[in-house]
Amino acid sequence: MTGHDTATRARRRLRTALLGVDRLAARDVLHENGRTSFESIDQLIVPTLEGIGLGWEEGSVSLSQVYMASRIAEELVEELLPADAVADRAAPRVGITALEDYHLLGLRIVYAALRASGVAVINYGRATVEEAVENSRRDGLRVLLVSVLMLPAALRIRDLMDALAREEAPPTVIAGGAPFRFDAQLRDEVGVDLVGDSATDAVALVRQALGGAP
Amino acid sequence: MNRADRMTPAERIGTTLGHSEPDRVPFLLPTILQGARELGLSIREYFSRADHVVEGQLRLRERYGHDALFGFMYASEELEPWGGETLFRDDGPPNAGAPVIRTPEDIAGLEPPDIDSSPALRRVLTVIERLRERVGDEVPIMGVAIAPFSLPVMQMGFEAYLDLMHERPDLLDHLLGVNEAFCVAWCNAQLDAGATAISYTDPVSSPTIVPPELARRHAFPVTQRVLGALRGPAAMGLASGRCLAIVDDVAGVGAVGVSASCQEDLAEVKAACRGRLTVMGPLNAIEMRRWTPEQAEEQVRAAIAAAGPGGGFVLTDNHGEIPWQVPDEVLDAVAAAVQRWGRYPLDWIEA
Repeated sequence: MTGHDTATRARRRLRTALLGVDRLAARDVLHENGRTSFESIDQLIVPTLEGIGLGWEEGSVSLSQVYMASRIAEELVEELLPADAVADRAAPRVGITALEDYHLLGLRIVYAALRASGVAVINYGRATVEEAVENSRRDGLRVLLVSVLMLPAALRIRDLMDALAREEAPPTVIAGGAPFRFDAQLRDEVGVDLVGDSATDAVALVRQALGGAP
Repeated sequence: MNRADRMTPAERIGTTLGHSEPDRVPFLLPTILQGARELGLSIREYFSRADHVVEGQLRLRERYGHDALFGFMYASEELEPWGGETLFRDDGPPNAGAPVIRTPEDIAGLEPPDIDSSPALRRVLTVIERLRERVGDEVPIMGVAIAPFSLPVMQMGFEAYLDLMHERPDLLDHLLGVNEAFCVAWCNAQLDAGATAISYTDPVSSPTIVPPELARRHAFPVTQRVLGALRGPAAMGLASGRCLAIVDDVAGVGAVGVSASCQEDLAEVKAACRGRLTVMGPLNAIEMRRWTPEQAEEQVRAAIAAAGPGGGFVLTDNHGEIPWQVPDEVLDAVAAAVQRWGRYPLDWIEA
């Protein structure tokens, strides 16, 4: 059996374990075959979460499965890596916030997916436009992810973009959430830089925004 | 009533629920918030008095001619009797405040609250009673209830609820039992006040949110008991969630209808539901904000072509609430398009 076959089988087993909320089985897959921690993340966790994210976009995977899979993957990465390794690995500053929206599940899923993919991210929770701009300025963000569930919150991203445009070094803003999945033109209307359809989409977009790092 | 109408709204909806063709396709515009604009009030002021909502609902029906009225105000009205708070905003539906279940251990001591002890719920009942006084039996009045399986999103927060669902099934079943008692009491109070039917809102049961096998294990047995205890019919609303994978389950628990998501093939949903469930939907109310009158007409025409033949179809938005930002002119265009393309027999579809 080739290394490629072995990795494919491992990813399939990891997917089954994550969708079945089976932490022990997921941990067993990661500790097999003598992979280093970073190999486990890059070769197994990231592509498996990408596949689960694709399933969500296509409608074959439910939101609860995405949430539990991301959370378990996040826990496993925390176990694999020393406490400061994630931060060391991702010096570029990435933040995530729920803009004037009380619904934080989407933020939590994306946060977990980023952590599970080895990306350090600052979780600001709920923030107003003014607070989001201040957070970005204070922490020198290069990427700001904005999660929204409600349409009015999505429309407020326009104000956020206008305010950030007045900053000396505005971050790349990546938005996501239900309003964007139901209206493809909303992205242009609010002027956001990038839009993600799923948590794993967000991971890819963060990497794109950071020019390939981390 | 439009001059071309040969049935009352109640007859029209009753006929389509019986899977026969009425005089035209019935349509619902859940303009829950827009009454505030009609009355020149803030959303908070509008919902503070039953008279406001009654007047708003009647004016909106006068304008658009849709086939039902709504007693519903906002989702967190069902959190208030549990001790929860409602957070109002000027440009959208109120949100639920902080969770009332702060730790899973809080669930063990939970009791269903008394309907009469809640000013918000009493206000809804007053709205329904007064609407019934005004319209008699001609116009159906929809009551709304959040399903026991979906209420915990507000009671404890979505994240904590998903954790509970997967990690503490014992406490989950206890919580669902408490919510079941509350839901039956709340639905029947609305039916007793004059509601014609209940929109049983259960987005968490949608395969968009949880896998069907999980909903079958925990949600549908509860739903079957709730619907069996109601003194009137109920249709299942999934708040833009997909329905195809659970159509058999929804039919099996005794619902009379199910909402169709704009992200599903409406003809496929209709085929799966035919003769068993009335399909409600599938207009995309988020996108609707930007529709031109021509686009609105095309969306209505396409939906009627896909699901109108044979009855068993109510045209409405796929979420259960028209956003505040949708221009009145778009709703005018939707209403006009139903009058133009919704007349049975739908001979133009063959043409």
